[in-house]
Parts: sequence; structure tokens; C-alpha cells
Amino acid sequence: MTRGVMSKRLLNNAYVYSFLRDPSALAGACLMAFFAVCALTAPWLAPMDPYDLMTIDLGNFLLPPAWMEGGSLAFPLGTDDQGRGILSTILFGLQTSLMVGFTVVLVCSVAGIVLGMAGGYYGGLLDAVIMRCADTVFSFSTTLLAILLLGVFESRNIWTVIFAICIAGWVKYARTIRGSVLEVREAAYVTAARASGAGDFRILFRHILPNALPPIFVLMAVDLAVVIMLESTLSFLGVGVPITEPSLGMMISIGKNYIYAGMWWLVAFPGLTLILLVVAINLFSDWLRDEMNPKLARQN
Amino acid sequence: MAVSFICFLIFRFTGDPVLMLAGKYATQQEREQVRIAYGLDRPFYVQYASFLGNALQGNFGKSYISQTDALDTILERFPATFELALSAILISFVIGVSLGVVVSLRPGGWLSRVIMAGSLGGISVPTFLMGILWVMIFAVWLEWLPPFGRGETVQVGRWRTGLLTLDGITHIIMPALTLCGYQLAVLLRLTRAGMREVLGEEFIKTAWAKGLSPFKVIVKHALRNVLIPVITIAGLSFGELIAFSIVTESIFQWPGMGSLLLVSIFENDHPVIVTYIMLAAVIILGINILVDLAYGWLNPRIQYD
Repeated sequence: MTRGVMSKRLLNNAYVYSFLRDPSALAGACLMAFFAVCALTAPWLAPMDPYDLMTIDLGNFLLPPAWMEGGSLAFPLGTDDQGRGILSTILFGLQTSLMVGFTVVLVCSVAGIVLGMAGGYYGGLLDAVIMRCADTVFSFSTTLLAILLLGVFESRNIWTVIFAICIAGWVKYARTIRGSVLEVREAAYVTAARASGAGDFRILFRHILPNALPPIFVLMAVDLAVVIMLESTLSFLGVGVPITEPSLGMMISIGKNYIYAGMWWLVAFPGLTLILLVVAINLFSDWLRDEMNPKLARQN
Repeated sequence: MAVSFICFLIFRFTGDPVLMLAGKYATQQEREQVRIAYGLDRPFYVQYASFLGNALQGNFGKSYISQTDALDTILERFPATFELALSAILISFVIGVSLGVVVSLRPGGWLSRVIMAGSLGGISVPTFLMGILWVMIFAVWLEWLPPFGRGETVQVGRWRTGLLTLDGITHIIMPALTLCGYQLAVLLRLTRAGMREVLGEEFIKTAWAKGLSPFKVIVKHALRNVLIPVITIAGLSFGELIAFSIVTESIFQWPGMGSLLLVSIFENDHPVIVTYIMLAAVIILGINILVDLAYGWLNPRIQYD
């Protein structure tokens, strides 16, 4: 297949077509891509490494942004109380946010799919145990459970944060997929597959899963924004990533102490970055939800 | 209905993994002497059993730090958190539902557009940023409201309230606004979706045709049917409200249970953490019961047997 044919096929795809014609989805995706590139290239892009003690000069603490009086061009968005450049710390903090976000969403969706499919397909005791766990986790709510889990952990680093959010976050996926499995378990095509001698494994992954995936994609997109907000909330509270690692939530928590002194830039820039990132993801997931929901498509 | 409720009770009180986890980590944490003093050298399951036995009698052990009874320490902070949560719920419910109704009545109007854009903001801005934003606007910039603390309080029996003094009320405005933000946006969107569906139904057309006043049609006929899912979600998201109360209390240095929990986490004060978890579970359970009862009142067709 030549490249010309490939790109033509891509353009004729219904999803690509509607995506390219939805300005807010495009804007959201572009903004997301921009942040992702910034995060990936942070070591080269950032004017300094905010967590390399050699490059930090405490003498540069609490400098205002470059365009204000007393600002320095070396620190375009000013510095924090340790003399770290705000811009550099934001870039490295984005790395943490996106890394936690994507890892959690991937792990949670895989765990949720496996547990939800097992419970929905086999039913019985297995289903009862899984769903009781799910109900307990659900009634505690993701945020509360993550805070409490991190509260009882002895040491906290980026992996314990990911672990805690995963423990608290798999339920949505498991419930969604279980619902879909219950719906199609007795469907004609599943019975047909079974009659033709397909094993449970093959039925689950080749026949049931592909039909249950669209809502999972939507959930993953929505969840990415939720997880990124949750990570920054945890770091803000001081139970997230340790103080030696960059994080948007941590920056805001440090900056909070200085807003009474009129030093707004410590909070404003990381806060704005976080909001833009979340809004970008939400714009994209709104489009995805409309696109993958056949019920809505019929109404329009 | 009744069955699901019993299942809920059973799983809540038979298996509480969070609790066990806290117990397990406590043993690794403390030094040998302290271990023996607090009975932490005993096998894990013995500890758990004795903890459970004591917990049923309302005895949750002593705080490692302050040497006072853990449950008392937390309950002392309870009024502050309760008043904050109650104000937040009231604000989000009253404003969220009424704005939802307004938006559903004129879906295309400019007012509706402004409200819907605002609600998208409410969902996209994390609670802690919202709180800091309020502080920046009302405390630093306008200097209208005090930035932290609970202000003057009055002791009424065993309850120390801040709602009876003007100072206390000005102190609660910003925390309550912060805490209600997310829930307000969710309730607004739910009410709007529900109202739009119900307003197209036959019985609403009948009510209009009968010549009832707009107030009666909208509130008594339409809204009442919408409230059931709204209350369900509000009840189910109560855990989220408790979580955000921790965040809010940390921003405004509100002397409630949430800020106590954070201090306990930093100081590894396990009895207090475990008591908090148990209390949160009990509160969430209680709210779920209340929500179930509210169904019966809103929709007499739902019977409990």
C-alpha cells in the first residue's frame, strides 16, 4: 500500500473527518500535544534544572517575572523561595503530572477491564467479591481513598502516588466493562462463537472486548484530567510526590504562603498551566464522548 | 432496595481493608518499647481483633502525639467540619438546583450560556486552586474577608459554633464557597439534564393545560421528579465532599477534622488516622441511609419492605 492511499484512507475515516472539523476538539488536542512536547523536552527546553543543586542560587529567591521591575531575563516567569525558576519547574512538573496521569489511566483501565470482564463473564462468587470491593472503594470516593492510603504509607514517592490512585481508581472501568459484558453475554454472536468451539479467553478478547471498548476510551480521556487534578491535589496537601521532585501541586502549595506578600507569580503560572492542561483534555474528551455515543448521534 | 442496603451493611462491617492496612503499618513504624506499651508487639490479627472489640465500645485508643483519646480528639474538631460541610451542601444544593432550573427553562439564552461556561470552569478547576483564587480576590486584593481561621466562636452546650457571630460567618464564606464549587457544578448539570427531559413529558403539558401557575408546574410537577437522581448523586458524592473538606481546611487553616488528619499523617499518628477512617466510613454509611429514606419521601411509589 502506498503512502498516498494510506493518507486518503485516513482522511476518509469518519472519526478523523469529524475531528478535523471540530475546532474545540482540535484546539484541545493541539494544546495537549504542546504540553506533552514541553514535558518531554523539558531537560533541553528549560533554562535550568530546578532540582540540580549546583545550578540553584539562593540569592535569586523570589524574583518577579522578567517584565516586572527587578525581574531577570534568566528567569522569564520569576523564581520561588529557593531560587528555582518558575518556568523550569513548571516544565519538569508537567513531566510528573503527565507521567502519573498516563500511567494511572493505563494501569487502571487494564486492571478494570480484566476484573470487570472476569466478574461479568463468570458471575457467581468471583463477581460478588469483585463487586463488593468495587462498592467499598466507590463509596469512599477516589480522592478520599487516595489521601487515606498515602496517609498510611511509610514513604511517599511518585510510585506510591501512582499505586494509591490506581487502587482508588480502577472501579469505574470495572463497572463499565462489567455492564457491557452482562449485556452481550447471551447475545447471538457470543453463543455462535461458543458453538464454533471458541474458548472463554478467545470469546472474551476477540468477541466481547472490541464491542465494549468505546465507552472505555471515553472514560480514559475523562479520567486523565481527573487523575492529573488528583495528583496535584495530593501534592498540594503534602501527601503526594516528595518535596525533592517537581510537581505543579507542590509549587502552588509553596506559592500559597507568599500570596499575602503580593507575590502572585508563584501560584498564578503553575495554576494556569494546570487549568489549561485540564481544560484541553476536557475539550478533547467532550468530542470523544459525543463521537463514540451512538445514542447522541441519533438525536442530532 | 432493602437487599442492597443489607449487602451494603455487611460488606462495610465484615471487611475493612483500609483499617487492616493502617494496623499493619503501625507495627513497623514504632520502636520496640513503644510497641509493647501500645500492645503493638502482639500478632497482627490479635491487634485487629482487640481494636475491633474496642472500636465497637467507642474506644479507639490514644493518640501517639497528644496522649489523648483519639475519638475525643477528632470529635472535638467535628463541629467545625460539620458547619463547613453543611454550609457547602446548602449553598451547592440551593444555587446548583435553582441555576439548573433557570438554564433548563431557556437553554439558548445568554444567561444560560454564561452559567454553563461557569459550570465547566467549576469542573475543570481543582478545588485547591479555586480556594486560592478566592483568597487572592477577597482577602488579598479586595480585603473584604479574612483569609484563614474560624473567627470568633460561641460555646453552645458541647457544640462550639461559629455560625452565631458575625465574625464567624465572615470566616466561613470563603471556605464554604470553595468546598461547594465542584458539587455545585455537578448538581447544576444534573438538574439541567433532568429538567430538560421531564419538561417534554405529557404530564407537564397536562399541568400547563390545566392552567396551573408556572411555579406549581415547575417546582411541584417537574422538579420533584428530577430530584431523585440529583439527591442520589449528591449522596454518593459525599465521600468526595469529605475529601475536599480536607483540602479546603488545609487552605484556610480551618480547625476541623481534615486539618487534624493531615497533621496526624505527617506525624504518623496512626490511632487518629484509623479513627478518622472509621468515622468517615460511618458518616458515608449514614448518608447513604438518609438518601434511601429521602427516596420514599420524594416518590411514594418506592416502598420498603
